[in-house]
Amino acid sequence: MLRFALTMAKRILGAVRDLLPIVAVILLFQVVVIRQPFPDLVSVAVGLACVVAGLALFVQGLESGLFPLGEALAQGMAQKGSTAWLLALAFSLGFGTTVAEPALIAVASEAAEVAAEARFIGYSEADQDRYALELRIVVAVAVGLAIVLGVLRILKGWPIHRFIIGGYILVMVMTVFAPEEIVGVAYDSGGVTTSTITVPLITALGVGLASAIRGRNPMLDGFGLIAFASLTPMICVLGYGMVS
Amino acid sequence: MLASLELFGETLIYTLRDVSPIIVILVVFQVAVLRRKPLNIGGIITGSVMVLLGLALFLIGLDQALFPIGETMARQLTEEAQTLAGVVRWEDYWLVYLFAGAIGFAATVAEPSLIAVGLKAEEVSGGAVRAWGLRIAVAVGVAAGVALGCFRIVTGTPLPWYIVGAYVIVIVQTYLASRTIVPLAYDSGGVTTSTVTVPVVAALGLGLAANVPGRSPLIDGFGLIAFASVFPIMSVLGYAISADWLARWRRRKEQREVEQ
Repeated sequence: MLRFALTMAKRILGAVRDLLPIVAVILLFQVVVIRQPFPDLVSVAVGLACVVAGLALFVQGLESGLFPLGEALAQGMAQKGSTAWLLALAFSLGFGTTVAEPALIAVASEAAEVAAEARFIGYSEADQDRYALELRIVVAVAVGLAIVLGVLRILKGWPIHRFIIGGYILVMVMTVFAPEEIVGVAYDSGGVTTSTITVPLITALGVGLASAIRGRNPMLDGFGLIAFASLTPMICVLGYGMVS
Repeated sequence: MLASLELFGETLIYTLRDVSPIIVILVVFQVAVLRRKPLNIGGIITGSVMVLLGLALFLIGLDQALFPIGETMARQLTEEAQTLAGVVRWEDYWLVYLFAGAIGFAATVAEPSLIAVGLKAEEVSGGAVRAWGLRIAVAVGVAAGVALGCFRIVTGTPLPWYIVGAYVIVIVQTYLASRTIVPLAYDSGGVTTSTVTVPVVAALGLGLAANVPGRSPLIDGFGLIAFASVFPIMSVLGYAISADWLARWRRRKEQREVEQ
């Protein structure tokens, strides 16, 4: 019980450290520049407390329950050597972690609200929910594909920069044809996918894989999965915008 | 009290939908493919419950604090800038750029995953790239990116010009940089955008587009996160290339001195 309280205290400190720089900059600007009362200060303070408690619980839950399971799985699958299963796991991990990613939930709901206000989609709450969920599923499929591609790259030892540059060129070409309303969301979706839950699990998969295969350097070949995972969502969301 | 309990319950049901896929995937692969019993079933169950509760709390805090903070800052800072009605001069909004840059820098320097990336980069480059130097490079990259992104929103210039331009620079830098640093540099773009920073920065951009006359949130409001993910790649590659050149120049100078 005491140990649990100590680890939770550590997690809360971690969440506070995430939040502190932003709060400090905002306070500085409020005091020095704006000098106006901040609206709904109590509700914001309660909300910030929710963010800290929520992040602490979320991270502790991941570390104690899900990450050890994911790491054991990644290592076990890498040693088992069945490529088909490995790729299936790669896709599922990418998809599953992205659906649960808090930052993506945040941006998708903002995107749905803005699109509804501009009448790009229907205004009802059901329409907004559907659009936000569709966006998230498109991004999750994209991350799943990215991890599959990244794992194939590690298995074959292909150089990473060709994929990244090819992906950039694809993004540029698709930007020309995609509707203007989707471009901003598409570009942002690349940076959103890779935070709290995706990065640790995916890095574990990459490094586990690179150390299980002879002739691969975990330092060099284990990285780069994240880069793929920030590139494919842009391509897929642009494609989603062109189709729908 | 009852209303907030109801909100919490509703959010909890949503998070159940979000979190269940990853739990099911992990357990099914473990049991069906590896044919192993999960070692620590109790830990997995309590962990999953904590993840659920934590995500629900975070999402409530998101709506109550992180989004309003970004929007309020955007509104108050644009009010400071709007002295002449209806006329948008980009230089009036310098406080917005300063604020965006400060948020980007502060949030990135304190990012724990970046510390790990910095140490690895120092190892990979054989000491030519310093861990703290890389951290500063990434933070300056994010700050410059977010500030430039706000400038873009105020001026209403098309987002693709900037991002495509940044891509072209990254492609050129990739060929100039040493092969070992490239994957790390690409990854550094992904790790800078943490769960707390993303909502605040996204709300800042949307609030800015809503308050600057003549801008539409749908067309102009997004893109700040894209800036924050591309610019660090550029600054890390730039830092690695110049560190490389500097090391080579020093070596050549030493050699010449020895020959003399």
